Amino acid sequence: MTWVNAVIQGMLLGGLYALIACGLSLTFGVMRIVNLAHGDLAVCGAYLGLVLSSALGVPVWYTLPLLLPAAFAIGMALQVLLFGRALRHGVLAPVLVTFGLSVMIENLLQVAATSDPRGLNGGALALASFRLGSITVSWLFLAAFLAACAVLSGLQLLLSHTSWGRKVRATSDDPDTARLVGIKVRPVFATVAGIAIATAALAGVFIGTIGTFDPLTGTTILIFAFEAVVIGGIGSLWGTLVGGVVMGVTQVVVGEVNQAYAVLAVNLLFLAVLTVRPGGLFTSAQAAGEVRDAGALG
Amino acid sequence: MSHPLLEIADLDVFYGDFQALFGVSMSVTRGCATALVGANGAGKTTLLRTIAGARPPASGAVRYDGTDVTAAPPHQRISRGIALVPEGRKLFGSLTAEENIQVGAAAAASDAWPLDRIYAVFPEIAKRRRQRASTLSGGEQQAVAIARALAAGPSLLLLDEISLGLAPLLVERLYETLSGLRSAGATLVIVEQDLRRAMDACDDLVCLLEGRVALAAPVASVSRDEVVAAYFGEGTS
Repeated sequence: MTWVNAVIQGMLLGGLYALIACGLSLTFGVMRIVNLAHGDLAVCGAYLGLVLSSALGVPVWYTLPLLLPAAFAIGMALQVLLFGRALRHGVLAPVLVTFGLSVMIENLLQVAATSDPRGLNGGALALASFRLGSITVSWLFLAAFLAACAVLSGLQLLLSHTSWGRKVRATSDDPDTARLVGIKVRPVFATVAGIAIATAALAGVFIGTIGTFDPLTGTTILIFAFEAVVIGGIGSLWGTLVGGVVMGVTQVVVGEVNQAYAVLAVNLLFLAVLTVRPGGLFTSAQAAGEVRDAGALG
Repeated sequence: MSHPLLEIADLDVFYGDFQALFGVSMSVTRGCATALVGANGAGKTTLLRTIAGARPPASGAVRYDGTDVTAAPPHQRISRGIALVPEGRKLFGSLTAEENIQVGAAAAASDAWPLDRIYAVFPEIAKRRRQRASTLSGGEQQAVAIARALAAGPSLLLLDEISLGLAPLLVERLYETLSGLRSAGATLVIVEQDLRRAMDACDDLVCLLEGRVALAAPVASVSRDEVVAAYFGEGTS
């Protein structure tokens, strides 16, 4: 039963990883930007949740109707003011710009909020759990997992079946031609960035409720998010969910044997996938080709 | 003679330090088909892309339907009725045939070309509407590329080398479709390698030579030899 429990807890943890990673997957898949500040922006979301929930005196969940639109707006602004401009100067510029943003956010947070670890007020949900046979399931982890599933399937539906989604996919295929057939590329990119940062902020709120966070947590978050994206296959949203779940299960199952090797095992798994299937588990032949081409350039 | 739908005056276009067009002027009459011919590198594609708004000119003006659109971005030109079928088709490979056409309607000038009318003209696309564009044959892809431009409901359709790499029979069919579009009132600018076909299909002819207009005349008033001379820059100069 220990093993079944480990797998279930691992899957739930994996949902959280997928939630963190889906924004990264989206920005890379559509705009070819590797946003190195993604984890830090998630932590900003957690701090924003902290400020709002203490100011209003309510559990952090009630602040989401304010927090998510704010994060969406910040994402749009970052795209228009920063990332979009950087993109015009080749592939290296966005990497440098987002790295600089990451350093700035971490330092500004240390000045504004000190390095003390914080936690978010998750209300009754944070401690509640239910039993499934002999297995105890935390409502909070289940909520994170369900949120990840909802966000990923919602995004997939939007991308597959709406006019906005068609424009996003067309722009992702070929931005120059997209412009030429009348798509306004900048607003498309801005909404994609807005959604990516809003999902990052949501992930940040779950991270802050499940554990603690400090100004430097973003770097760790980024590594896990990046690994989930690569394991799942770049540009595939469902792949990102599977990538997150595979990581979560590996971490908890190995942790069952020896806690010291849990995170190491996840990183080794990442290296193994990178060696055996550099395109990830769920990648299209086309995306795999692009990854190979990028590798050939690098 | 009615006033021209498209007027281009003294267009200079650069790629970095390389000048592709030198003081190009031409005008396109409403309802007419104009053939744009010239050797490889003469500037035909550059001229079409400049008209469509993909490339801002260094100097000169593009006037469409009486309005200066020189500085307008592509989506505004499409909304006014200029649509381009780019060289090499440039379909969105991961989208289905139908999605490619729907994307073409993003900034449509009119809804003159709903999907059912497009499928009536291109029945072969209707059969493959749910298929990814990258898996279509060359002829089907070219048909989708034209359909994508038509979805914008254009009054001026710019077609860049639509017969490139296609079997003669398919090319024949595409040109039949174009003549159908003309009877429906469309104005066309056609870049075509095949001089005979270009002269058969069009009323006017503009020949570019190394970025300059070498010849501009109604097709009826020039002989094939005169066009060939302009094409290679021989004779008159």
